[in-house]
Amino acid sequence: MCGIVGLLVRNPKLRDSIGELMMPMLIGMTERGPDSAGMAMFTAPVAADARKFSLYSGATDFNWTKLGHDFEKHLSIKAKIEPKENHAVLTTTLEPATVKMWLKEHYPQLHLLSVGQLMDIYKDVGTPQQVADRYDFKNFKGTHLVGHTRMATESAVTPAHAHPFTAGEDWCLVHNGSLSNANSLRRKLQKEGIEFETDNDTEAACRFLQWRMREGDDLKTALNHGFEELDGFYTLLMGTSTELALVRDPYGCKPAIIAEHDDYVAIASEFRSLAHLPDIKNAKVFEPSPKEMYVWKL
Amino acid sequence: METLKFDLDTKPLREVNQFLHGDAGSLNGKKVVIENPNGAHNVAVGLKAEVDVTIKGHAGYYAAGMNQIAKVTIEGSAGSGVAENMMSGVVHVKGFASNAAGATANGGLLIIDGDAGLRTGIAMKGVDIVVGGSVGSFSAFMAQAGNFVILGDAGEGLGDSIYEAKLFVRGKVKSLGADCEEKTMNAEDKQILADLLKKSGHADVSPDSFKQYGSARTLYHFHVDNAGAY
Repeated sequence: MCGIVGLLVRNPKLRDSIGELMMPMLIGMTERGPDSAGMAMFTAPVAADARKFSLYSGATDFNWTKLGHDFEKHLSIKAKIEPKENHAVLTTTLEPATVKMWLKEHYPQLHLLSVGQLMDIYKDVGTPQQVADRYDFKNFKGTHLVGHTRMATESAVTPAHAHPFTAGEDWCLVHNGSLSNANSLRRKLQKEGIEFETDNDTEAACRFLQWRMREGDDLKTALNHGFEELDGFYTLLMGTSTELALVRDPYGCKPAIIAEHDDYVAIASEFRSLAHLPDIKNAKVFEPSPKEMYVWKL
Repeated sequence: METLKFDLDTKPLREVNQFLHGDAGSLNGKKVVIENPNGAHNVAVGLKAEVDVTIKGHAGYYAAGMNQIAKVTIEGSAGSGVAENMMSGVVHVKGFASNAAGATANGGLLIIDGDAGLRTGIAMKGVDIVVGGSVGSFSAFMAQAGNFVILGDAGEGLGDSIYEAKLFVRGKVKSLGADCEEKTMNAEDKQILADLLKKSGHADVSPDSFKQYGSARTLYHFHVDNAGAY
């Protein structure tokens, strides 16, 4: 099992309370995923020449201020560091490749969770409530988000194995289901030069889409290739800078339910995560068909 | 008729279900309204009294599962496995139903006004199912007995490995499963269909607009000509 939630707020007036609207959605998926939780939040963009790097340290006593100072000193460039417990968002105008190389050299123990102009990622082990409290999910402000509650069935319970996963700037994916050919996919993709961080099956699906898009596929074509090559059950929810996208496997093994309203689009594994949303009675509530791609734009 | 109201916002579901599992004598003829189901699982499961239950909203998984005698109306949609293994009575979903609606049900009538998901009526064993909309793929998989009326379309693999259930489809069938074939509707079948349409609020729909499907009975026994397929 696992729970997925997605929320895209169409009414600009509600965007400052997206975190509050989302909280009962995530908590509603606790029984489906009590061991870890994660959230990708799309905020207002940083300056056009800058990028945000979501970092995870493992240890709660990590000295983020020192990292910020070291970064500015070594690279002679300004950087902003915003710590939240064992996560931090580093904002700088330096090229991602250089940032990655510097992090690898000076802070090899850190995980780089995401890179982008809008997206921040927080993920950790614990119940959805614990993880949400730790990173103050309820005060998130932004346009759209992708969240996940995990019940691990095939790989370890660690923050790195939690969802969302990323496959490019401002691009993330969460997954409910399991893949039986994750190992062979991983071996195939590693030969193509795709790097992996974990042995997680969702990461294999994510890297598969990353590889297809690197080869020139748009998301729809990449997902069509996915139908051929991903062997298993999946509901995949993806977030990009301007949209949410959803797809279910051809056998509809894993659930999803959608509420479309003038003010928002909400997606969850089950209706109980949507029941509290404002004016839900007047939303169009439906189940997405298997093997069909659904996209909602801002 | 006496009407009792339960609000799942304030009353634990277990207490509501325990009340509904009370002595049949005291429940018979009662009307029960369950408010704010908000997608909760297992609402009104295992009923076995002549009670009329209305669920005012969307129900979660397994709503009205194992139903006997009771009438359960869900005013919203139903999650996976609505009326699974129903024995008798009526379950009426006014919205859509998710996967495996009416799975393995032995008897009674399941009415779904909207669409139903994949594997609707899987392994049905005698229930009557009427779906006002369309059904997903692999519906009536290994259906053994009962009647299944679909006013809309059916997905892939309808009636795969079917035994003796009767399937009536008004719309398009994307594909038939193994050993499922179109049948000629005889007068008796037409009467069954007409009765079910009437009972499920579709009296205005002509039985003549349906095609009937059933088992070709080639998979009943091992046949040496099929050995290569194993």
